Amino acid sequence: MSDIVKDAWSKLRAATPARIGLGRSGAGLPTGANLEFQFAHARARDAVHSALDVAALEAELAPFEVIRVTSAAMDRASYLRRPDLGRKLGAGEAEKLNARTPCDVAFVIADGLSSAAVQAHAAAVVHAASEKLDGLILGPVTIATQARVAIGDEIGAALGARLVVLLVGERPGLTVADSLGAYLTYAPKPGTKDSQRNCLSNIHGKGGMSYDQAASKIAWLTRAALERGLTGTGLKEESGAVETENAPLIDGA
Amino acid sequence: MSAYSCTLGGENFRFKTLAEVMAKATPARSGDALAGLIAESDVERVAAQMVLADLPLKAFLEDLLIPYEEDEVTRLIVDSHDAEAFAIVSHMTVGQFRDWLLSDAATPSALKALAPGLMPEMAAAVSKLMRNRDLIAVARKITVVTAFRSTLGLEGRIGSRLQPNHPADDLKGIVASTLDGLSYAVGDAVIGINPATDNIPTAMTLLSMLDDLRSRYDIPTQSCVLTHVTNSIEIIERGAPLDLVFQSVAGTEAANEGFGVTLSMLKEAHDAALSLNRGTVGQNVMYFETGQGSALSADAHHGIDQQTLEARAYAVCRAYDPLIVNTVVGFIGPEYLYDGKEIIRAGLEDVFCGKLLGLPMGCDVCYTNHAEADQNDMDVLMTLLANARAQFLIGVPGADDIMLNYQSLSFHDIAYLRNALGLRAAPEFEAWLEAMGLVSETGHLLQSDLGAARLLEAAQ
Repeated sequence: MSDIVKDAWSKLRAATPARIGLGRSGAGLPTGANLEFQFAHARARDAVHSALDVAALEAELAPFEVIRVTSAAMDRASYLRRPDLGRKLGAGEAEKLNARTPCDVAFVIADGLSSAAVQAHAAAVVHAASEKLDGLILGPVTIATQARVAIGDEIGAALGARLVVLLVGERPGLTVADSLGAYLTYAPKPGTKDSQRNCLSNIHGKGGMSYDQAASKIAWLTRAALERGLTGTGLKEESGAVETENAPLIDGA
Repeated sequence: MSAYSCTLGGENFRFKTLAEVMAKATPARSGDALAGLIAESDVERVAAQMVLADLPLKAFLEDLLIPYEEDEVTRLIVDSHDAEAFAIVSHMTVGQFRDWLLSDAATPSALKALAPGLMPEMAAAVSKLMRNRDLIAVARKITVVTAFRSTLGLEGRIGSRLQPNHPADDLKGIVASTLDGLSYAVGDAVIGINPATDNIPTAMTLLSMLDDLRSRYDIPTQSCVLTHVTNSIEIIERGAPLDLVFQSVAGTEAANEGFGVTLSMLKEAHDAALSLNRGTVGQNVMYFETGQGSALSADAHHGIDQQTLEARAYAVCRAYDPLIVNTVVGFIGPEYLYDGKEIIRAGLEDVFCGKLLGLPMGCDVCYTNHAEADQNDMDVLMTLLANARAQFLIGVPGADDIMLNYQSLSFHDIAYLRNALGLRAAPEFEAWLEAMGLVSETGHLLQSDLGAARLLEAAQ
């Protein structure tokens, strides 16, 4: 490649994170670019398939009381094939949640499609958000494995929570494999529609939403939801202008 | 109905409905298991295939899988069925139809004449009896020529969509990816952007930018912003330079409702785009996308297997004379197509059924990071689909779509297919590539930087 063309491509590359100007070997990818791609895909797959280290997460959540539950999906393969199973608690799991003092807000952490996201960001978001929820009664934190977003409905109902804040690992991309999402659901109960939740997405350290931004939005939405008695399309997030429209696809639902 | 039964290995198999026969005859995939429709064993699947092989094709005209009164897609299929075109195969069973398709009697012109006589359910049924090689062998015989500023589907050619998405719709970023793609001779089917922010002002900005770029270099191709059909109608009214109307469609009225689309909306958009008269070598103005599993994910599947419903979506497409139809085969996720094997099978089925029904059928050869698939599976599928003469495939920079977070083919892959299989770009586009100094007379990318340097002038 001539220097002029190289220089022009480097300017273009600064305009987008897309994999442009890679050069070519015949019609193939050059070895370096091919290995870079393999690395990114391997990291994304590991984020999907690695098990969440629940003990480590529990330690980071101290001093919160932590309850561990599993979904009805027995393993990763059935989690991926059967979204319905990841949305409900496994047999007998609800008993761990019953007979508690009702609370205003319960945090639920679901591994979703990226245990890496949950491992890296969930405890920090819980701590940052809870600091901004003065005056509200916080319930225990539930860690749910092989879990999708709707599992928070059953957990919240069993805990007697007025509102559930569910943090979930989002579908990993090649550039960001550890993006966390947050879903807020007022009056959680099985059968709640996705349109009755508010969602924040793209909480991560590579140009995504910071812990503090996420905590502020969660706190704003929580107080607004408890005051107005709803979450979802009827409640617009107005705490500040952070762009959320460009969020990646949320596939933990 | 006791009509649907057979004895196999001393065991008697009974199926209650035609829908059950179709579902259980389908090669295994996770979406049908999720819907509870899949055969309970491999032997039961073969039994269902044997029952299906003996059914007359006419059965699908009499026993409608979704009732006429309940579903406008069924009404479209029945009302537009061409009995005269059907006559040549009307006496056949599904199994005999498979044999005929594979035979030399099924010439390209015979297949072309047959297309309007086939219901999508007939195409789906016969595909369930076919192996992957059968699907390729028949699809390859079918030529569907469509045109706008370039002519697609001609013998010995394969088109490509250049997909320059950006997570923030950044115009410079989109131009950068577009120039990269053009330097690989990609973009003859369409330069098409999935907008990150799906609203009318964004779409209009993107359309104007693409149109400026195209006019500046006089590129014989068409552009598209993949926004909802109602947005496109509005954009046309506001006078933005819209070439193609895009819409995702599915095989049932209820699933289309989930997309917020009706047949009358599609007709209105088709008429509006035709009125602009922007095509130079043709007036195919619609771009549709489909994909197995969309009806199930919208809870609108009526107990029908996902591959049959996918074929019904093609009946929707063909009513509006599209330039291109794209099955986004691995995008929907592993709960519908679990792994590389299922994605490859589905991609071949979709291109076969689409072409058999007379559509300019292409494919987004793709997967998500939670599917059991990788780029090696895509290498297999793209090579098979190029051999099956898909109308076009999709290319994104480095196979990594940074906005939609999934992997497709890279621009390099399109060049590989053209080089390795001797296929070429659309003729008008190829002439432009040659004039720009990007490809040789044989359609191969040139080693010289001259063409790329010319392209890059725009970005400085």
